[in-house]
Amino acid sequence: MILHPAIIALLVSSILITALVLFAFWYGVKILRFWDLRSGSSLQLDLERRTYLISTVLAYVFGFQLVSLFLLIYTADSLSTLFTGAMCAAGTFNANDYGYPLLVLKLINFLLAGLWLTINHADNRAYDYPLIRKKYAFLLLLAPFIVLETFLQARYFLGLTPDVITSCCGSLFSANSSGVGADLAALPAVPTQYVFTGIMATTTALGIAVAVTGRGGYAFFLAAGAAFIMGIASLISFISPAIYELPTHHCPFCVLQKEYGYIGYLFYSTLLGGAVTGMGVGILKPFRSIPSMAVIIPSMQRRLAVYSVLFYASACLLTLVAVLRSNLRW
Amino acid sequence: MIELRDIRKVFNAGKPHALTAVDGVSLSLDARAVTVFQGPSGSGKTTLLALVGCMTRPTEGRILLGDREITSLPERFLTDVRRTTFGFIFQQFNLVRGISVLENVMLPAYPLGEHHTALKKRARVLLDLFGILPRESSKSEWLSGGEAQRTAICRALINDPQIIIADEPTAHLDTKLSREFMDIVGRLKTEQKTVIIASHDTLVYGSPVVDRVITIRDGKIEAEGR
Amino acid sequence: MGNWFERQRNIIDFTLSSLFRRKGKNLSLLLVYTLLVFLLASVMFFTHALRKEASLVLQGAPEMVVQRMAAGRHELVPERYINAISGIRGVSAVRGRLWGYYYDAFMSANYTLLVPGSDAPAPGYISIGSGIARSRLAAPGDLISFRSYDGEPMVLMVQEVLSSGSELVSSDLILISEQDFLKLFGMSPGMFTDIVLTVRNSKEVATVAGKVLTLLPDTRPIMKSEILRTYDTIFDWRSGIIVVILSSAVLAFIIFAWDKASGLSSEERKEIGILKAIGWETSDVLLMKFWEGAAVSLTSFLAGVLLAYVHVFFTSVMLFEPVLKGWSTLYPSFKLIPFISPYQVATLFFLTVVPYTVATIVPSWRAATIDPDSVMRS
Repeated sequence: MILHPAIIALLVSSILITALVLFAFWYGVKILRFWDLRSGSSLQLDLERRTYLISTVLAYVFGFQLVSLFLLIYTADSLSTLFTGAMCAAGTFNANDYGYPLLVLKLINFLLAGLWLTINHADNRAYDYPLIRKKYAFLLLLAPFIVLETFLQARYFLGLTPDVITSCCGSLFSANSSGVGADLAALPAVPTQYVFTGIMATTTALGIAVAVTGRGGYAFFLAAGAAFIMGIASLISFISPAIYELPTHHCPFCVLQKEYGYIGYLFYSTLLGGAVTGMGVGILKPFRSIPSMAVIIPSMQRRLAVYSVLFYASACLLTLVAVLRSNLRW
Repeated sequence: MIELRDIRKVFNAGKPHALTAVDGVSLSLDARAVTVFQGPSGSGKTTLLALVGCMTRPTEGRILLGDREITSLPERFLTDVRRTTFGFIFQQFNLVRGISVLENVMLPAYPLGEHHTALKKRARVLLDLFGILPRESSKSEWLSGGEAQRTAICRALINDPQIIIADEPTAHLDTKLSREFMDIVGRLKTEQKTVIIASHDTLVYGSPVVDRVITIRDGKIEAEGR
Repeated sequence: MGNWFERQRNIIDFTLSSLFRRKGKNLSLLLVYTLLVFLLASVMFFTHALRKEASLVLQGAPEMVVQRMAAGRHELVPERYINAISGIRGVSAVRGRLWGYYYDAFMSANYTLLVPGSDAPAPGYISIGSGIARSRLAAPGDLISFRSYDGEPMVLMVQEVLSSGSELVSSDLILISEQDFLKLFGMSPGMFTDIVLTVRNSKEVATVAGKVLTLLPDTRPIMKSEILRTYDTIFDWRSGIIVVILSSAVLAFIIFAWDKASGLSSEERKEIGILKAIGWETSDVLLMKFWEGAAVSLTSFLAGVLLAYVHVFFTSVMLFEPVLKGWSTLYPSFKLIPFISPYQVATLFFLTVVPYTVATIVPSWRAATIDPDSVMRS
């Protein structure tokens, strides 16, 4: 195994975070069993106190997930020199079978944690904690994902041995080879641009609809998710070549490097922000009918929709700037 | 204004040293009146104050504030109600040591996100009203009994609450300051505030300012006067 | 929104004032925290700077080095190998290199002797590295005596001392003329230590290496990228080992932080009780505790990183010197090029701030859920 300090940092912190989540999960089981808001007993008061701990823990987990996501990519990028054929993070992730699943799972966990916090926020604003049981059931669902991620990360790093021949992003993301990466790059640039614009426009329209009329929550949930996926696909297909000014360079990780002004972080942040807030709109929809949430949820949905639209608009702006400034023409 | 129905408060329920502080109290308190809970120490008047002032939840029974039931409100809502509706004056004043009079008075309003300068101005107006503006920068541990009392009162008033609650306010004061305190209570009454006091001091419950005296013993209401 | 900012501002205000009120307790925590960050940061900055230095140096290194092996050991290379390699398509330049080690019994030190490809000293003269100059107290114009392969002495004059800027690589280096080199080691002309070559198209390096191997099966082609990778791995491994060793320090720190955070004095409990009694909610107190942790972490982190920067780049890692020096008698005095990246800062963050935060979550929560009722009763 490569004993790089950053790897140690990632492994140690992921173990700590998993421990936190499992602790929150165990602590929360009692809430599922004994919660009774009407009772003034000391057990109920204790359970109410516990909800604060669990919310705090999950808020930290969310924050750490985001930072560790970027640290993971940065580490992979830095380690790329140790693998023949790897020019950047893309190659490092491909060095063994756990790399890309780990990355995808980290993204999913970030989104899940964000959604949990959204539901938690809504629940806390109602005077009778209507979602308490559903919330902790969701936590039950989230916990194994986090454990799985720690496991995958450990397996990935422990399985990394330098000098492994791996495809560099040139061949991984070139149109000639097969595999997920290659398929995306094979998407022809101009049609992808149209689809990208189309999806972003639809998402914006739906978002404004939610903000103004308060309806269309589920549709927006789907649109926000689609926009996220489309954003990444577009990055690989035409945005990164535009930034690199090289039609064959499709790597989504090289945009995070210093040479390109770290623009990747900005772009990914807007996509992640848009996805979390947009999907939050949809996740709250089923609870609108609860009386104590009747006012809270629509107002939260409106606000989340506005944020989501703003995030995706920023992503579009960045795309536009990148494509216009580029010397690359299709 | 405040209604308690069959309130019971038990501490350490289910354990051998369980204590029933309040046992089946039903009571209705009027607005803009000065009410005193009178009784010996251990009678449950402090617990009753805590229940009335939304500082703790009853084990059994219901509490209504106006026409809103607050019995099973989660803590954040209870606190929200409490800090906008109630102002507390504690037996030991309980000012935070190491910070100034001014900061002590502003503290309850900090979490409400008011602009710092506006808050400061408001606090100083209050301090001036009670004659302790010259002492605004003194650390709270250097105050005399009377100054501390007035600081505690200003702090209780910073969020402009409707109801003032005082627990044994004259316990550490001499006769002169006790009378001064009751004068302040009278002033608050003229400003349309509701005042609820727990005390076993005759100076307090015998004062002409008081509208109603409720005698508490062993967690139950024993008698009512005036 | 403005409301939210004001709330944070007010709470931060109070948090900072309460931190200053309890200077004594917080000072010990700050010191330990800073020390931890300092140690980890020093290690990381140092290895990273060395790594950078190595890669900079290696930039000037030849694309590929071909060595001849016999029974797994390094053998001299005959001239015809050079001719064979120059015939491979893609190779733009080939050269035989002459270099070797010389053990100086007098100083108990090993020198590296090299015949440079260009500007070699004239016969009878040598250029020496500053480490050798220091240990032998030699200056230009001095004579140094060598013992050649047949036992006969060979005296050479120092014409130049290599600049101290390159000390990290040239400290124990001696540049010598081809004639003197062959004479010293008893080698016949036409034999070389190894061959260096440049490849026209850098993407073709691996292919050329393969061709060399096919053509000359008893050789070992080493590519520059392989050297870089190996150095990287070594540096990573070494810094990683130290970090692992320091993990016991991190663990102790976590326990210490937990203890400090849990050990609320009665004064502090009273204060929180009062806050809750006058209308602060649990989440407000939690926020206060968060800012407390943030203030402590930020201060210690900045102080630790700054001190480490000074330590590594201004005092040349003074504290680690005994460990690094080892048995080396020609320890180079060097000044590393200052270089830190946001990536290192992020790694440090995860090794220090994250454990600290995790350690203080439960104690902070315990403090925040103090019952205000108890204040009424006191």
